[in-house]
Parts: sequence; C-alpha cells; structure tokens
Amino acid sequence: MSMLVNLVIKELLQLKRDPKILPLLFLAPVLQLLILGYAATTDIRQVELAVCDLDHTAASRQLVDHLTGSTYFRRTATVSSQAELGPLLGSGAARIALTIPAGYQAERLSRRPGKVQILADGSDAMVGTIGLGYALSALQAETARGGLQPQIELRPKVLYNPDLLSRDFMVPGVLAMISMIMTMMLTAMALVREREIGTMEQLLVTPLKPSQLIVGKLVPYALVGFIEILTALPFVLYWFHVPLRGSLLLLLALLFPFMLCTLGLGLLVSTLSRTQQQAMMLTAFIFMLPQVFLSGFVFPIQNMPRAFQLVTYLVPLRYFVVILRGVFLKGVGITVLWPQVAALVTLGTVILILARLRFRQQLG
Amino acid sequence: MIRRTLAVAVKELLQLKRDPRSTLSLLGVPIVLLLIYGFALSFDVHHIRLAVIDQDGTQAARDLSQAFLESGYFDLVYQGTDPRPLDHLLDDGRAQAAVVIPYRYGADLENGRPTTVQFVLDGSDSQMATTILGYARQIVTSISPTLRLRGAEGPVAPLPLVWYNPDLASSRFLVPGLVAFILMITTVIATSLSVVREKERGTMESLRATPLVAIELLLGKTLPYLLLASASAAGSLLLANILFAVPIHGSLLWLGAVTLLFLLGGLGWGVFISTLADSQQVAFQMSLLSTMLPTLVLSGFVFPISSMPRAVQLITHIIPARYYLVALRGIVLKGVGPEYWWGQAVSLGVFAVLMLTLAMVRTIRSL
Repeated sequence: MSMLVNLVIKELLQLKRDPKILPLLFLAPVLQLLILGYAATTDIRQVELAVCDLDHTAASRQLVDHLTGSTYFRRTATVSSQAELGPLLGSGAARIALTIPAGYQAERLSRRPGKVQILADGSDAMVGTIGLGYALSALQAETARGGLQPQIELRPKVLYNPDLLSRDFMVPGVLAMISMIMTMMLTAMALVREREIGTMEQLLVTPLKPSQLIVGKLVPYALVGFIEILTALPFVLYWFHVPLRGSLLLLLALLFPFMLCTLGLGLLVSTLSRTQQQAMMLTAFIFMLPQVFLSGFVFPIQNMPRAFQLVTYLVPLRYFVVILRGVFLKGVGITVLWPQVAALVTLGTVILILARLRFRQQLG
Repeated sequence: MIRRTLAVAVKELLQLKRDPRSTLSLLGVPIVLLLIYGFALSFDVHHIRLAVIDQDGTQAARDLSQAFLESGYFDLVYQGTDPRPLDHLLDDGRAQAAVVIPYRYGADLENGRPTTVQFVLDGSDSQMATTILGYARQIVTSISPTLRLRGAEGPVAPLPLVWYNPDLASSRFLVPGLVAFILMITTVIATSLSVVREKERGTMESLRATPLVAIELLLGKTLPYLLLASASAAGSLLLANILFAVPIHGSLLWLGAVTLLFLLGGLGWGVFISTLADSQQVAFQMSLLSTMLPTLVLSGFVFPISSMPRAVQLITHIIPARYYLVALRGIVLKGVGPEYWWGQAVSLGVFAVLMLTLAMVRTIRSL
C-alpha cells in the first residue's frame, strides 16, 4: 500500500517538473470554458437582412420596420433593385433578403394577398432555416394585424428552460467535454511514455503488481481531473449563471464514474500503442472524436441513423451529458439518473479490465 | 539549400515509412472519419416523442393529433385524457413534447370562436426545442381556418425561396465544416511531434551537427506532411462530393489553392507547437487543446459566429478554419469566385506565413 502511495507521489512530482504543464492543466480549462461557453450558442439572433422595397408605401415601410425592429434581424443593406441581392447573398453580407414588389399596399387594401419574396441563404442551413422561420412568423403577425387571424392558436409552454437559452444547455456540456479531453490526454501518455523513455523496466522490477501499477497511474490523474472541475465549476454557476436545480453533492459524486471511463480509456490507449505518437493519434481520432460527435452534446442522437445510435451506447460522454442536464436543468436526482450511472460504472469496469489484460500481454 | 531541404524531407519520409501505423492513420483517418460522421451528423429532427392529451374527444381534436402524426416528425408515445402524468413523462425523458387539446376545442371550432391548444415541450436542449416548436407552429397553421374580422385587409403572402441549398439539408452545410475540422486536427497533430521527438530522443544534437539551417529543417519537416495532407484532403473532398451530395459549383483550381493554404497553416501551427514544447506529452496537449474544441466551437462549423458576443467574435479571427469554411462553402455551395472570398484566402496565407516564421525563430534559437 505504501508503495502505491509512493507511485502516486512520483507521478505527481513528474507533473510538477515540467513547468509548461501546470498552466496547461489548470488555466486552459477555465480559459476554454470562458470563451467556448459564450461561443457555443445556438440562439440565432441578429440575422443579416437585406431589404429591397419597391413599393415605397406606408404599408411596406411598416412591414420592414416590423422585421428590423426585432432582435432577430439586423439590416445590413438596403437596395433598390433585386439584381443587387445576388452579390449580397453570395458574399454572406446578407443571409435573408426581403423584396416587397410595387403594388403591395394596393393589393392588401383591396383585400387581395400582398405578395412579398423572402430569399434565404441555404449554405448555412442553420441560420437559413431559423432566419426563414423568423421572417415567416413576422409576416404572419403582419397578416393578423391586418385583421385576419388563425382560429387555432398554439400556446407553447417550455419546461426546464423557458427562455430557450442555449447557454444553460451548452455550458455544462462544454465543461464535460473539457474534463474528458484533459483526463484522457493525461493518461494516454502515462504508460507508453515510460516505455519510450525506457523507465518501464525499472517500474517492472519493483514488487508492484500490474493492477497496482494501473491504480497508481489512475489516482493522480483522477485527482488532477477532479481539481480541474472544481476550479471550473464556480465559473459555470456564478459567471454564466447556469441554474443548478439539483444537488451539487450528487453532481460531484457522479463525476467519478465518468472519470473512471475517460481515465480508463486513456490507459487503454497507452497499453495499445508503442510510441507516444501512436497514443496521440489513437486518443484523438478513435476515442475522442466519437465523444465529441456521438454524445448528443451538439448533434441530437435521435437524428442519427439506427446503427450510429447503437454505437452511442459505448460513448461515456453520452451518459454524462444526460446526467449533467438532468442535475442542472431538470433538478432530478438519482432515482431518475440511475440507469446512466449504472452504464458508466459498467463501461468503466470493462475498459479497465481490458487495459489490465493488454498490460499483462505486453509484459509476457 | 534545396538539396538539403529534400534530404530532411526524405529522412522524414523514411521515418514515416518505418511507422506505417502513423502514416496510414494520417492518410486514411480524415477519409474514414468523414465517412463515419458525415452520416451521423444532422440537425434535421425526426422521431420526436410526442404525448397527446385529448380532453375534448371530438372528431376535430382527433384530426389535430392526426395532423401531428402524419407530419412525419412525431412519434406517438402516450395518449390520454388526463394532463397530470405529463410532468412525469417529460421529467424522465419518455416524451419530449405534448399537445394538450382543451375541452370545448371542437365546439369552439364549429362555432367560429378562437381557440387555443397548449404545446408543452422539454426546453433543456434549446436548439432542438426551437426546431420542434417550429414544426408544431407549421402544423397548426396549416390546419387552422382563418377568422376574418371586420374591415380586414388582404394577407401578406410570402414566397420563400432558398438559394444554394434549396431543401435546407443540414448535411450539405455540415459536411464541408466536418472536412475543415478533421483536416485541421490531423495536420496539427501530424507535425506537432516532429521536432519535439528529435529533442526528446536526443537526435536533435546530431541534426545540429549538420550544416542545416532552420528554414531547411522546417521545410524538410513540413513538406512530407503537406504531401500526405493534400492527398487526404483531396480524398475527403471527393468523398463529400460523391457520397454526401455536396456539390462543387465553383472552380476546382481555386478550391485546391485555398485548401493548400489552409493545410500549410495547420502544419505550420503544428511545427510551431513542436518547437515550443519540451516533451511529446506537452506538445500533444497543446495541439489537442488548441484545435479540438476551438475548431469545433469557434469556426462557424456548428455555431453561427454572427450570434456570438462581440468579444468572442474577435477571438474567432485567430481560428484558421473560420476563414477556410467561408471560402470552402463559398466555392462548393455558392460557386462564387475569388472576388467574394479573397479576404479569407489572404488571412489563411498570413496565418501560414506567421506560423512558419514563428517556428523558424524558435528553431534558430535552439539550433
């Protein structure tokens, strides 16, 4: 047992020896959280709008004011012919273009439909879709103002996140992503580095058992990962004001099964590769990208083809994203989240057993 | 000079050949990744788990819930007349949205009175919720009769028209972003170990003993990777075109030129990291931390830059993928020429030159 403690201390000392690694470990996560927390927004506002008003009447101006008066649009260009719209959309100076043909007011006053054209830039499908949606609902409101009303009104009631702010949803996800990257990165190099530098032999002649060696490599990095999250968490709560509706204690406790998986994956990589370069490639491409893309953090899992949905069950971050959103936004407890916890513990155990098996093979 | 540069390049290639696993992954990884994730990523929401609470029970109410199901976006997971189980259904995620049709809905419709339908939805994934709400609005609008009040004007009749991507397929917009994202990570990771490895293994001394100057060493280290990266970039773009129906409307020549500038910037960034770091571990961390999340979040690949706060928008200017994406989407989707994206190309060039110069300054100091 005391040998194990010594190994942990040796590992921590080694981290301290490299002066460039400490700022990387503790500053990088907070910095990334601060920048990416702001940037990871899907609230589409200020869509660039070009206006081509060929009618020049009170009604057409009212329609334009209606669109430009909201925070959804920002008028970037006013042109006097439709031909000028092409270059604006081509260069991205405008994403939505509104054209009001001459005679718009006259048509509407004589109770006929007043046609207007909305051009949307589909090359950025997200802004295009949502911008088009905003424009259409603004036009519908304009119709209602003229005295025509749809008989059925849809009254939305949004639970958990009434203002539909993407920040409350994204910032905890960014935190999970950062901690995943940091912990995997650290352990991926842990064993292969000793092998490449040639210190592996020295470790092997000590009376430490392979499983003790693995634990000795895991514990220091688990500590580092946990402290990293503790440093970043106050920023989530007090800087970004993400509401924490559930229990903080539960959140911290559930970090451990998640880190068991990410640290274990790193170790597994370390036993699978012969050089640090290989370890790096394996981590980045085989183990990290799936967590980024298949975890449901950015891209909803239910939109994926069936086969990919099955693969997502192997992605630890998938479960942790559900846990984070559950604890932060829904305020649910372990009674709802236990399947996620069970999955993480199972995955983590399997990963560690695999790493242990690979490690024995290499020794023999 | 050219001979010595080539000598370093040949040495680096030989070293790559000795480690076929790494070489293969450099060449094949971008293509394989694109193949996998190109299929997986999409913002088009389907199979939304819907609960219907019908307190009315008339034919009109059944028509409304039928309209939701026939739209193809929604799957019915619960049907009832009592709204009380709703909270529970949404809490544990069994349902994502619920339509609550009130008592007297049918009667109101028949008598020409305005009526309301409640739509409850899980907002924790705000983007998906926005999309779902949009679908619901469309459905209700399409089946709702119009009430004409006294003195009514004619309606506003919008004629929507979408350019460049008429069916607004998210794959056509995401796949180019994915190509840029993958290429950025592979190029930086590929070169970030190249110099530091020599340092760690102690072979830097032997290089120092040769008459090599910094620029020859760096170019020699970068060229083989540029070759590999160009091959995998060409493969990725071809795949995007054939498999994911991303059209290439613009000129292939310009596409190649801009891509080359982008790759050079990524490789330069990798080499610069390699000269900064003292161990492969630090180089690895620096390259992952500086590419993975920043390129995912700050490049406009997923999150629109125009919606970010001003200060963060400024930060995105140091992300090369940001420029490449505008030029790439411009060339392939819009088919526009350099007059629309020359600024982006210049920025990419500046980035590449800056990175290689910085790397050179660092190398001169250590040689």
